[in-house]
Amino acid sequence: MTEQLHFSELWQHWPALLAGLWVTIQLAVLTTIGGLAIGVFGAAIRSGRSTWFSHLWGGYVELIRNTPFVVQLFFIVFGLPNLGLKMTAGEAALLAMVINLGAYSTEIIRAGIQVTPKGQWEAGRVLGLSRIQTFIQVILPPALQRIYPALVSQCIIVMLGSAVVSQVSYEELTFAANLIQSRTFLSFEVYLVVTGIYLVLSITMRQLLMAAGRKWLRIQA
Amino acid sequence: MITTFTEWDIVRNLLLAGRWTVLLSLVAFIGGALVTLPLLLLRLTGGRGINRIIRGYIELFQGTPLLMQLFLAFFGVALLGIDISAWTAASLALTLYTSAFLLDIWFGSIRALPKGQWEASRCLGLSFTQTLCRVVAPQAVRIAIAPTVGFAVQVVKGTALASIIGFVELTKAGTMLTNVTYQPFKVFALVALGYFLLCYPLSRYSRYLENKFNASHHH
Repeated sequence: MTEQLHFSELWQHWPALLAGLWVTIQLAVLTTIGGLAIGVFGAAIRSGRSTWFSHLWGGYVELIRNTPFVVQLFFIVFGLPNLGLKMTAGEAALLAMVINLGAYSTEIIRAGIQVTPKGQWEAGRVLGLSRIQTFIQVILPPALQRIYPALVSQCIIVMLGSAVVSQVSYEELTFAANLIQSRTFLSFEVYLVVTGIYLVLSITMRQLLMAAGRKWLRIQA
Repeated sequence: MITTFTEWDIVRNLLLAGRWTVLLSLVAFIGGALVTLPLLLLRLTGGRGINRIIRGYIELFQGTPLLMQLFLAFFGVALLGIDISAWTAASLALTLYTSAFLLDIWFGSIRALPKGQWEASRCLGLSFTQTLCRVVAPQAVRIAIAPTVGFAVQVVKGTALASIIGFVELTKAGTMLTNVTYQPFKVFALVALGYFLLCYPLSRYSRYLENKFNASHHH
């Protein structure tokens, strides 16, 4: 050991960390809502009749799942303005995260629907429900119950991925950490503290989402 | 000196940098597997205390951003007075990250086997090692292979973050090329294509294995 750790000097920077944390929490909440909504929609499209649109959606899912999030982010932030599409760092970050979670959750929810017996569809239709009603009221709830833990894990993975949006100067938790380390040179200490914050964040997020699942989807466990 | 970049220059530079993406992925995956094996044995044989420590290890790497793990490896090792390159830091962080996921996948595959398999083998007089190697492992591998290949895709994508600590691989090359060509749309589309060409075959192979071994489950 040639050096000591200096955590005490970090205390004066807690307002910056708190502000960053708040932005990260907002990103996580909005992404979870937006991404899951897209996922439900996409799973409906992918589970329905085979059309050009469902194939296109399949292409979107594969494209997102097989490229790194950071490249998707750079493409949106640096590439799209080339086409005249300009947005703020925050909008771009949120867009990238929602698109990312949308693709993964499409695939997860679709897997839940796939194992649903075909008779469920027919039963819903025979009872006089429309296709959309059958999907929302009959097919979707048990499918979500089945895959809910996987869905929660994916939401957390995307939240953790938000650390990367610091690279396009969006001022979230990791950006705050980068800023503090450039001022104090206490790199290891800052990142250790922030890693701890992310850990607490991911544990809390899992608890909250699982509680929500128990309440609204009646998931046991 | 002003140089103009042709399309071919861009593609060639990306291909050259892509080799480092492939190499880092291989190192992380093989290193991760090597770290996982002893931990897996510990988890199978250890008591409650060891199990909790290993669960903590998994939670730590799965519950924090890979980017933070890279930063900690980069600055943490430097703190010990050892000069560390971006390559070493990235290999170290990605290896540990990979092992945390493989540990989960492989342990889950072993636990998915009926307990009677262990008991029957032990009753037949096989030792623990014999049971593990001759009875459990061959069956567990069939369960584990599809998700393991699927996870390899995550490793390849994870290597893109090494660009942030300055390691020149596919993504970093993309950023650098953008700075000289001012064509971010084209460059990042090509970078994405590069990752897609690496990852999509792995994804397809994982799905193929899943179908194959699932089908053979209920014959």
